[in-house]
Amino acid sequence: MLQWDFDIAPENLNTLLKAKQFIEYHFVKSKVQVINTYNSLLVTYDLSIENIYDDLLALKSLDFTQLKSEDYKAAHYKLPVCYDTEFGLDLDELSRRNALSISEIIKRHTQPIYTLYFMGFLPGFLYLGGMDERLKIARKNEPIKSVLKGAVGIAENQTGIYPNSSPAGWQIIGNCPVELFNATNENPCPFKAGDQIQFYSVSKMEYENVKEQVESGNFELKPEADV
Amino acid sequence: MSKVVIKKAGFYTSIQDLGRLNVAQYGVPRSGAMDSFSAKKANLLLNNSINAAVLEITMTGPVLEFKCDTQIAVCGATFELFIDDKPISNAKAFQIEAGSVLRFGRLIEGFRAYIAVSGGFQSEIILESRSQYRGITAHSRLQNGSELQLLTPEDSTAARARVNFENQHLFSGHLVVYKGPEFELLPQELQEKLFSQNFTLTPAGNRMAIPFKELLPNSLNGILTGPVLPGTVQLTPHGNLIALMKDCQVTGGYPRVLQVSEMGLCQLAQKKPGEQVAFELKELEY
Repeated sequence: MLQWDFDIAPENLNTLLKAKQFIEYHFVKSKVQVINTYNSLLVTYDLSIENIYDDLLALKSLDFTQLKSEDYKAAHYKLPVCYDTEFGLDLDELSRRNALSISEIIKRHTQPIYTLYFMGFLPGFLYLGGMDERLKIARKNEPIKSVLKGAVGIAENQTGIYPNSSPAGWQIIGNCPVELFNATNENPCPFKAGDQIQFYSVSKMEYENVKEQVESGNFELKPEADV
Repeated sequence: MSKVVIKKAGFYTSIQDLGRLNVAQYGVPRSGAMDSFSAKKANLLLNNSINAAVLEITMTGPVLEFKCDTQIAVCGATFELFIDDKPISNAKAFQIEAGSVLRFGRLIEGFRAYIAVSGGFQSEIILESRSQYRGITAHSRLQNGSELQLLTPEDSTAARARVNFENQHLFSGHLVVYKGPEFELLPQELQEKLFSQNFTLTPAGNRMAIPFKELLPNSLNGILTGPVLPGTVQLTPHGNLIALMKDCQVTGGYPRVLQVSEMGLCQLAQKKPGEQVAFELKELEY
């Protein structure tokens, strides 16, 4: 594991992702997988290695100053979210505690361009950073037994989407009808760490419409054209 | 038809191979046999690929009815084993005839056993593995009355194979561990405590994690969510150690104080709730 003295910040993620590419490029012969979190890279091997010292030495001797030359290419996606109170179980609570009207919550939640830092907790659960400070709220004291697939939640200064029905400790404010994870697809998740995601608010009717397209296989999630 | 009927599934029986290796980037757990040493051994006895799917038995075994001729091997925990009520031994390849019933009796030593069949069990391959996991495969374990297909073996020369592995280390409570990323942040006293006392498995243990009973005075804060692996030992805010096992999440926020070795993880998988282990530090020089 390689760890940097980093906070949660998009520029730090950028450095990590460049370092990740760099390691993948320099270790192709040993078949390694590299995953990132906010401040770390974890390098794992397909098979146990005979001599860990050789590889530690090789990793330590990598010249990360060359990172500048390789640029990391992120994609930008827009995802629909229905903030109807039918889905937004904790909208009223958030509104009361943070003294924001529901329309103000929706405005502040759809404004930022979020950075996808990594996936964890559940298969396909996106850790998104960059949320409006005014929406910050603590996790629930007791997780609720089950939320719907697609539930959009907030915990502290992070926001995320439950890719499947699951027990939940995050405060739920809406639902996204787009399928974010399907283990039977060759590429189970359309996103990768570093991608940019923005939400847009849809009515219950538009939500049902997208949901129907998703279920019949007619919905195609495409990255936005580069700005 | 080459198949097996699961007459009774037992306490917790699941299909496992060596797991999913390239999916942590999607937040998908690695999964795979908890005691990979014994799963590989069972496959080796039958001349299977070491990644062939086996059944992982926990605490109480299943009753299986074979609808075809095949060979089996059972490794890992030692159970009383019967084919059509005739006792057979562990860690040995056995010829099975169509219509035979394999039954598990009393658990003698260890906690998890592995049944391999010639060619391996056939089940859905999701993300390059047959290992069952909730939300990834259709079921997370075998159901009573279900049926499993067997693959056709490429080579059936295994008959009469017997491997005399030295098994005793598998049941030893001394686990070789390495320092975890946050080990050096622990006060000296606590570092020493980790290696001078025994730790007792609680009944809450499962394929995701095994918590230990003893409380330690924990002064460390949580960490920024970081990567974890099977074998990572975390120290909770309450002061309990938790060893992450094969179905663990890919990231965590508790300090990672130890990393259990690959063999240590197999040994831990063979411990029952209430049994104890001790950690033996192996230092890497770098």
